[in-house]
Amino acid sequence: MLSRSAAGPSIVDREVTKFGDVAAEWWDPRGSFKPLHALNPVRVAFIRDALCEGFGREAARVAPLAGLSILDVGCGGGILAEALARLGANVTGADASADSIAVARAHAAGDPSLHVTYRDATAEQLVAEGAQYDAVVASEVIEHVADAAAFMRALGALAWPGGMVAVSTLARTPRSYALAIIGAEYIISLVPRGTHDWSRFINPEELTMLGNEAGLALDRMAGMSYNPLTGRWRRSDDTGTD
Amino acid sequence: MVGAAFAALLAANPLTAALRVLMLDRAPPPEALGPLPPVPGLRVSTLTPASVRLIERAGAWRDVAPPHSAAFKTMQVWDSSGSGCVRYSAAEAGEPVMGHVAENDLLQAALLRQLRQPGAGVELLWPAQLEGLHLPKPFSELQRDGGGAAPGALAELGLSGGRRLRARLVVGADGPRSHVRQLADLRTFGWAYGQRGLVATVRPEVANTCAWQRFLPHGPLALLPVRNGYANIVWTTTPRHAAELEAASPEAFADAVNEALQGAPTPARNFFLPAAAAESEFRRPPLVRPASGRGPKSFPLALRASGRYVRSRLALIGDAAHAVHPLAGQGVNLGLADAGALADALAYAVTTGQDVGDEGMLEGAYEAPRQAANGAMLAALDGLKRVFEPQSGLLSGLRGLGLDALNAVPGAKQRIVRYAMGV
Ligand SMILES: Cc1cc2nc3c(=O)[nH]c(=O)nc-3n(C[C@H](O)[C@H](O)[C@H](O)COP(=O)(O)OP(=O)(O)OC[C@H]3O[C@@H](n4cnc5c(N)ncnc54)[C@H](O)[C@@H]3O)c2cc1C
Repeated sequence: MLSRSAAGPSIVDREVTKFGDVAAEWWDPRGSFKPLHALNPVRVAFIRDALCEGFGREAARVAPLAGLSILDVGCGGGILAEALARLGANVTGADASADSIAVARAHAAGDPSLHVTYRDATAEQLVAEGAQYDAVVASEVIEHVADAAAFMRALGALAWPGGMVAVSTLARTPRSYALAIIGAEYIISLVPRGTHDWSRFINPEELTMLGNEAGLALDRMAGMSYNPLTGRWRRSDDTGTD
Repeated sequence: MVGAAFAALLAANPLTAALRVLMLDRAPPPEALGPLPPVPGLRVSTLTPASVRLIERAGAWRDVAPPHSAAFKTMQVWDSSGSGCVRYSAAEAGEPVMGHVAENDLLQAALLRQLRQPGAGVELLWPAQLEGLHLPKPFSELQRDGGGAAPGALAELGLSGGRRLRARLVVGADGPRSHVRQLADLRTFGWAYGQRGLVATVRPEVANTCAWQRFLPHGPLALLPVRNGYANIVWTTTPRHAAELEAASPEAFADAVNEALQGAPTPARNFFLPAAAAESEFRRPPLVRPASGRGPKSFPLALRASGRYVRSRLALIGDAAHAVHPLAGQGVNLGLADAGALADALAYAVTTGQDVGDEGMLEGAYEAPRQAANGAMLAALDGLKRVFEPQSGLLSGLRGLGLDALNAVPGAKQRIVRYAMGV
């Protein structure tokens, strides 16, 4: 989680197509994105707590994010965006894959009380429009972009001054290599094969540096670990993964 | 009852109180909490300390606590072949009482009172029947059929009288022959025991705070203290014998109970027990007299469990998910534990922005833990039942030995007591 104290094309086309192909599977509870569904409550709790602290709110209540505007960059099928909307936030989900956005819209339409605005747009396009939000969230996205530094600058520009930026990523550390790449893609099929490219993984130190360069100060960091036996994610203070 | 407990638990938790809840029943449930009739009703439940804590959480315990119900501190289980006896006490599990026996109608009324509190946020609707239920298709079918409704679509319900509504979650708490379970196409497994459970109210001659259970050739007979000095009889027996007992005069019925509980032989001294352990030795149960009011009533006994408790936008709780043999009186306790676990799962979903009807959430946070717990209990109850049923010499000898050995081993007994008490 980074806070903004003060934005270029960051998307890799190949990466966008990769997710577009599996877009229909976003909401398949037993499909490729199953681990992401399992991870969701844990990452939502982390983002919720950080935003509540940052904006002086109480987390342990109904709709703790009520009234906050949040941009979810690289929202995919809307797994995280829907959850943040249920916590009361005014959520805009943006994704460069039009297929994913179509899936996200169709899914949210099933529940009439769920209001999420979806945009088939990149972070840079939103910056060019001058859009700004209380908080910007990019979860499991930065490892798919071509220019991570430019991406971080875009995220920073999308937050109001005093706003917050939350970035989560699978880290490029020996442990995450074992867990996220080998384990994830070839043994337990954590995320669809080819969705994560090892050379693109970013470790916590790099993320902090990129944040600093984009004018963002580090507020907190948390690790999450996946237990392949139980299929559950857990918050850990060890930032070896994520 | 389990449905009302679930709704009351949701209303009592600030995290879930904001959920809009509609509770419907085909028949108006008992609501009167006024002065209780002098003679307690026939349908009672033995509540474990764990169930009492849930009823407390639902805010309903003060309407159920003694003198509205009866507490017991000891339990004695013995065998009609005279070869085994085991006594349990609350002290062994480190609890003040082993359990409470409360009338089902009272429990239901106490829970409903909570649901009628202003601000409970629960709409009550009866008499009303669920006539149609449309759940979103599983993802795999959506893929095959090429679209249609989104996987996030709500459940659609059709009620008698033409009202239609949509819900994020449908909870089936409609008992052993659950209509919701049928409409949702969930498969069940089970078997009938070919026996009946007979319930009756009697009056013990002396004050009684022990739960007594004797294994007779046709099945167990339990005598449980209920409020106002009465006792409830739960007698598992053959359909023929049950019919005879139902037709008997109140005096003849009391005689039959006395004969069954007092009849020889009494268990011999337990060789496993140290001479000083008189606490654990066999005691004679009180004699009973007829009580005025309704005569005995019997029900067929069967075990029926649903293979799955959840689907997308659907959860089953209580007897709808698992109707157990009433041998150990665990039906209501298992149901209340389901209600507590589902209410907790929804509270967790609310705090993490998850859809309360999400199949993955329901599976992980409700179905998996409850199936494990209920499955263990189902197996234990069914196993117990099978061990005790055939009254062959060899088996009953082994059984007697088993009970005696159990009585003498504090650790094993304590674990069983704690398990049965849900602590
Ligand atoms: C002889 C006997 C003795 C027992 N003794 C004990 C005991 O000592 N201790 C114990 O813990 N348990 C005992 N049980 C089991 C206990 O009664 C059940 O486990 C308990 O009642 C289950 O509660 P429930 O709410 O799941 O179902 P139920 O109590 O069956 O309630 C179901 C509710 O759903 C409603 N309903 C049903 N169908 C529909 C429909 N289509 N539309 C709308 N509403 C509907 C009904 O009107 C009812 O209100 C005994 C059972 C029997 C048969």
